[in-house]
Amino acid sequence: MNSQIIFHPFVLPFVLGMAFVLTYCVVGLIRVIAQLPKDDRKKFWRSLVTPKTAWANIRDLFGDCLFHVKIWKRNPVLGYMHSAIAFGWFMIIVIGHIMLFTLKPLQGVEVEGMARTFTNFYYPIFYKFFATETPVFAFLMDFFLLMIISGILIAVVKKIHSKIVGVKRVTKFGFADNMIRFALWTIFPFRLIAEKTNIMAFWWLYSIDLLIFMCMLPFTRYMHIPTEALFILLRHAGIKPSDPRKGYALAQIYSCPSCGLCIDACPMSVNDKNSGNTSAYFMKKLRNGDKEEAQRIAETCMQCGKCVEVCPVSIESCDIKMSQRAAVPYEIHSDHSYLDVISTEAEKSSKVLYFAGCMTQLTPKIMRAMKKIMTAAGEEYQFLDENGGICCGRPMLLSGKTAEAQAMIEKNTELIKQSGTTKLVLSCPICYKVFKEEYHLEGIEIQHHTQYIDELVKSGKLKVNKNDVNYVYHDPCELGRAFGVYDEPREVLENVGNLCKAKSEKELSICCGGSLGSFNLTQKERDEITENSVNDLMFNNPDEIVTACPLCLKTFARKSPVKVKDIAEVVESQIIN
Amino acid sequence: MDFGFCLSPSSHVKMDSVDLTTFNRLKETNPDINTCIACGSCTATCTAGNFTEMSFRRLLLMLQRGKEDEAKKMIQRCMLCGKCTLVCPRGINIRKILLDITR
Repeated sequence: MNSQIIFHPFVLPFVLGMAFVLTYCVVGLIRVIAQLPKDDRKKFWRSLVTPKTAWANIRDLFGDCLFHVKIWKRNPVLGYMHSAIAFGWFMIIVIGHIMLFTLKPLQGVEVEGMARTFTNFYYPIFYKFFATETPVFAFLMDFFLLMIISGILIAVVKKIHSKIVGVKRVTKFGFADNMIRFALWTIFPFRLIAEKTNIMAFWWLYSIDLLIFMCMLPFTRYMHIPTEALFILLRHAGIKPSDPRKGYALAQIYSCPSCGLCIDACPMSVNDKNSGNTSAYFMKKLRNGDKEEAQRIAETCMQCGKCVEVCPVSIESCDIKMSQRAAVPYEIHSDHSYLDVISTEAEKSSKVLYFAGCMTQLTPKIMRAMKKIMTAAGEEYQFLDENGGICCGRPMLLSGKTAEAQAMIEKNTELIKQSGTTKLVLSCPICYKVFKEEYHLEGIEIQHHTQYIDELVKSGKLKVNKNDVNYVYHDPCELGRAFGVYDEPREVLENVGNLCKAKSEKELSICCGGSLGSFNLTQKERDEITENSVNDLMFNNPDEIVTACPLCLKTFARKSPVKVKDIAEVVESQIIN
Repeated sequence: MDFGFCLSPSSHVKMDSVDLTTFNRLKETNPDINTCIACGSCTATCTAGNFTEMSFRRLLLMLQRGKEDEAKKMIQRCMLCGKCTLVCPRGINIRKILLDITR
């Protein structure tokens, strides 16, 4: 090859495309940062220089953007597919630059100033056309190029028959997404042919393919490539989306690769019609500015958090859905002034305070079991809401009415503080989540009854028998995924019986279908979700299903072939007097 | 003149002239509203009903009778806790209906 040639017109499409993408990204970056609320922006700048978050940034930038650790963990075949293409591409760009700066092919050639910068811009991308490589570099380049092509082959197989790579449902794409995908798939075969045969037409095709890819990138899912880096920085700054389309949420919208891993994960997908209500489509609707559809999907979502758990980019779609809900204007506002006169029968003492919550009031057997357990353990306790209390506020928050939930939160806080307790025990994970996140109860330890019972058993206050019933434990979304309370209930169950495994456990547990998060799901749709969840729990044929949420309990009881019990009931039946 | 007693005001509703806009709108988006048997389970479990007049059964009746102002006043008491939806023997999505009324 002729090392004197330093320019050929076929590089122009690439240069044009690259210039466009870079400009777009800079403008987008400024836009996102400008849209952040002032406090959030301050938090963001500060997080960049705080050692702890800065370290997390570096770790995730390498782990997520470069090595795709999360996809590997979820599905190794997909992990290889994505890494082969993305990491392979990254490597050939890097090696191209290393060659340019170590082999110095431009030495002795008269290029100065701007012209040199311009040359450096495209030279590594078309290296083989302009200069010769050393054998080591040539091997590396071919190796990574073939790696990319192997990744593309898997992608083609996935497109034809996704089940082979372990994906049941894939995202349905529009014209633009399909076209850019085709461009991406053809870039590397073209490059390989061009490098091996040096036919001009293929160098042109390679460059034009790059132009198509770059020009369509901002308007398709591939925008996640540049945006994810910004999203990682924003995520570690501890910001919550305040608007479903602006600032932080915008960065998340563009970071969503529409990979569709959330579609198979979503409990709603048992019904094919509802698989369109999953987070991948929600992000797409937001991106296209389809407010009505985005609103509908946001209100259909059960907020179980599984899509966030499986998301390889960690997009907090549940939070965005909440801000979408909050964006709806309501004509009638709540008036909870009647709460003022409510008082509690609980007296001032440092006893354990038990708050059953609305859902537990509906399942009094849990309350009875808790009373028995606390008495048997010799705990001094009092009830906050034995004769009916007020709602914890989470259902109101779930409807996006943050200010209106505040009335209930304030009243409950007042009642709890009045009691002078140091430990608050809750039976409902829905309450637990809101108490942990929204209440300011300094000096009061908040425990769910699974944690409390575990503590009582471990400290020897509560003595229990072990029987030979096989239990399977269902992780309530708001206890498991939200707070990682996985081990305590399992340890309790191992003390009273045999624990067997469900098909999907812990962070992958399937929502019972009863969730208060969804407004739109009909009873029939909910029943389908429940059946699927029950089948998953019955995987190892347990004798009883045990859960720790009164709502899950009620929901499962409708569809389960075996007895469904709350963990408190199970423990109560095994107490040694 | 005070006789120490009086006639109670008439609760007569002229069904020909009542305004059923809200109720008809609800019927369209939530057809399951028609399956209500007015059993009162929703009222019996209502968290807000413990302290106030809040009752979904009555709320629905008010809307069917065109008493929108009264209904709108009552609905402000709701805490949206969703117990009514859980106990409804007809599986009516009461929480959704309550939210729709306030929109």
